[in-house]
Amino acid sequence: MISKPKYLLIVGGNSDIGKALASTYAQAGYNLYLACRNTSSIATFSSDISLRNNVSVEALQLDVLDFDSHSSFYQNLEVKPEGIITCVGYLDDQLVSQDSWSESLKSIQTNFTGLVSLMNIVASDFEKRKSGFIVGISSVAGDRGRASNYIYGSAKSAFSTYLSGLRNRLSQSNVHVMTVKPGFVFTKMTAHLPLPKLLTAQPKDIANDLFTAQKKQKNTLYTKWFWKTIMLIIKYIPEGVFKKLKL
Amino acid sequence: MSSLKSWGNYPSVKSKAKWFDVEQKEHNFDKNTIPYGNGRSYGDSCLSDHIIQLKRHNHFLAFDENTGILKVQAGVLLKEVIDVCLPKGWFLKIVPGTKLITVAGAIASDIHGKNHHIDGCFSESVNYFNILLPNGDLKKCSSTDNTQLFHASCGGMGLTGVITEVELSLKKVQSANIQQTTIKSRNLKETFAIFEKIKSERYSVAWIDCLSKGDKLGRSHVIYGDFMQDGDLAQKQKSRINIPFYFPSWTLNKLTIKLFNWFYYHKAFTKNKQAKANYDSFFFPLDAIKNWNRIYGKRGFTQYQFILPLESSFEGISQILTQIADSGKGSFLAVLKLYGQANKNFLSFPMEGYSLALDFKIEKGIFELLDNLDKVVVQHGGRVYLSKDVRVTKEVFEKGYPMLPDFKKLRNKFDLKDTLNSLQSRRLDI
Repeated sequence: MISKPKYLLIVGGNSDIGKALASTYAQAGYNLYLACRNTSSIATFSSDISLRNNVSVEALQLDVLDFDSHSSFYQNLEVKPEGIITCVGYLDDQLVSQDSWSESLKSIQTNFTGLVSLMNIVASDFEKRKSGFIVGISSVAGDRGRASNYIYGSAKSAFSTYLSGLRNRLSQSNVHVMTVKPGFVFTKMTAHLPLPKLLTAQPKDIANDLFTAQKKQKNTLYTKWFWKTIMLIIKYIPEGVFKKLKL
Repeated sequence: MSSLKSWGNYPSVKSKAKWFDVEQKEHNFDKNTIPYGNGRSYGDSCLSDHIIQLKRHNHFLAFDENTGILKVQAGVLLKEVIDVCLPKGWFLKIVPGTKLITVAGAIASDIHGKNHHIDGCFSESVNYFNILLPNGDLKKCSSTDNTQLFHASCGGMGLTGVITEVELSLKKVQSANIQQTTIKSRNLKETFAIFEKIKSERYSVAWIDCLSKGDKLGRSHVIYGDFMQDGDLAQKQKSRINIPFYFPSWTLNKLTIKLFNWFYYHKAFTKNKQAKANYDSFFFPLDAIKNWNRIYGKRGFTQYQFILPLESSFEGISQILTQIADSGKGSFLAVLKLYGQANKNFLSFPMEGYSLALDFKIEKGIFELLDNLDKVVVQHGGRVYLSKDVRVTKEVFEKGYPMLPDFKKLRNKFDLKDTLNSLQSRRLDI
């Protein structure tokens, strides 16, 4: 018997982490739907991944902020995916967004609302089929609000909470939900930031960690591993002290 | 600024590197820039004040499994082409002794392999390529389009522009294995006679003991073979040995080299041995040892490769081998090979005749020895290979490459002379 080809949907397929994940999962034999706003920007990448790994790769147009399109987007997928990974992120400039509602809204909607809209649809389908996996890339920034990025951080925090609720709901239905909390990563999104080299990971490190953890059905993944300890300490600093720190 | 070396680890130069950016067109180029692939040429042909790195410009664009036509970006490695295409029954028409070079590098050196006498150089498998000129023009070149630029760029050592995209024709194979035969010869005369006899075999090469003298001068193993028909396309991933540090420079001396050559020669007990080999060990034996260039020590090494016309090959190579054996400086293995006719490319190395390649560690007296060998090469109408070279003189180079004036004319025509330069091109005034 020939088994049905397995597909993975990567939302944010043009992001650096999305591309690294595409490579990792294609190597493991997954066919890919790469969803992003501008499909022409990943045409070359798609053909490359497809030819190198002998899998089918489709680049699909999707805007997470276009809520109304999400349902038809998912309906139109010919073979429904076995899993979905979202690596959508918008890192706003805190100093701008704290005084600009439109910048705040863009961050909140990209990092949270848009994903809720899309993942509600996917989750219900997986629940009905009683199979599948859902991986959401959140951020360590969502673990505690800090002056330097709390608009982004609170949106990621909401997203982490959403994922934990979803995990609770779907655990009865054989659908696994994993929350991924990366620390610093060298990507397009962080290219303008002066990141500490020792603490900063490459996208392919995140992809490898994520793949291994997803196969092991981990619930929450901090990546790189030391962020778990760092965030544990940060979470346990008393608020009275924390509010005076410059972080 | 960081220090940059090629595979020979000599010399080391201060260089500014930038990644090739397809959107940036002419802004990729600074004064004295040279394209840089995987840095596997041995000498100073890939070294310059500025380099444009192409390693990340490495996407597969299209592959037709029915016709074997493959389109890739310039920085794809030959290894990657083989990994992707061999399981589907396709192999590169021409491969050199390492698969760790980029497709664009293969064009720039117009590399050849063990089948040159039958199939010619790498450029013969190129349907077309796109090349970016310093003025921002992107030109499509083939044997029918922009032919001058095509024949200049194949073998042009990166001195004509940055190759961005390549279409290749691959060859159909039925197996990943090679049926190989090893014949042991007692001296150079016998070696030449064997090459003559096995001319119609597709892949052939000889490993020469470069330190034996007298009536044993030029004793060797001649190895030939071709792809099997057994339908076994499975890739065997062999583990790679790593040389983790530079060997101290005294490791390689007259005695150890002599011992190695003696053992290697006597490794084949019988005169005629047949074996089945994986393509990897047949074509790329040294790729199994990561960082093998460190064996020659921190000061580095150079590979001396020259070719002589057929009629003077025996005499010239005898003279050169005698000089090397007398000097006691030699390499673990010297490689001898019969070549087919030269192609139309301006600076391609091959011509009909025999070529010899040997490694020498950089040490006192080595450049004097090589200058003396050059005299024999020039006297017999031969030339040295630019991809290996780090020291040849302008005079010796110019005598070996009669189409050099055409190449220079083209460099002037496209105004490349100030922008595209390597240490080698400045040394040789190309």
